[in-house]
Amino acid sequence: MPVATINDRVVNVDDEGFLTDYDDWDEDLAKVLASQIGIELTEDHWNAIHFLRRDYKQTGETATLRRVTTVGGIPTKELFTLFPKKPAKKMAYIAGLPKPRGCV
Amino acid sequence: MSTDVTPAPVPNFEETGSERTMVFICSKGTLDMAYPGLILANAALGEGIAVHLFFTFWGLDMITKKRMDSLRFTPLGNTATHMPQGLGGLPGMTSVATTMIKRQIASVGVPEVPDMLEQIVASGGHLWACRMSTDMMHLGKGDLYDGVEDILNASDFIEMTEGAQVLFI
Repeated sequence: MPVATINDRVVNVDDEGFLTDYDDWDEDLAKVLASQIGIELTEDHWNAIHFLRRDYKQTGETATLRRVTTVGGIPTKELFTLFPKKPAKKMAYIAGLPKPRGCV
Repeated sequence: MSTDVTPAPVPNFEETGSERTMVFICSKGTLDMAYPGLILANAALGEGIAVHLFFTFWGLDMITKKRMDSLRFTPLGNTATHMPQGLGGLPGMTSVATTMIKRQIASVGVPEVPDMLEQIVASGGHLWACRMSTDMMHLGKGDLYDGVEDILNASDFIEMTEGAQVLFI
């Protein structure tokens, strides 16, 4: 499923619905993605999302949970509160990035 | 917009994992055998699965304050290192092999054992020590990593983890 719509915008996604083109993303789209998985974005959410976006641009990979904590400076516990149950995947989804590839 | 473009699917983050509990019984005290349980437990937590780790016998070294920083690796008896077996027994070889494997582990961004434990606890994982093992080794709760919730006997642990998926490592 390469091309689909989110809120009437045409974007590229994979079979699960993760965006596949870095440049399709903007903050308005992030709000829609977040609401689709039951998350209302606060300042703390944005902090994590923006770190993920920046880090992906630099490294070409989606940051793992550990990296968001050690490099992004956001405690793991807080990530589980902000993005309950599956923080790494939920963050990646809202940030318009692929799921993290690393194990830790 | 062409008419055949459909709304994007939404990943299902809620349904899988939420009812699942996984238990990792860590029974080994060598560096290489400490990691499988920690990596898998950490991954399970990231999937929203409830996780308990039970440290027993040599696995107790992973959570014993005095030893958890100095777990070691030996190539002795391990054919997967593809070294002549005689080399493994040479003096100093354990230290050399430990340094090498630590470097390899760090090179893939995986932290040391105490840091892995810290992350597991921060992610909501539960750490338990085996009563018989602590008795045998004359250890009390004060000797154990602060994140360890309690020392349990085997039957209490079995009772507590009813219905869980169990991995013995």
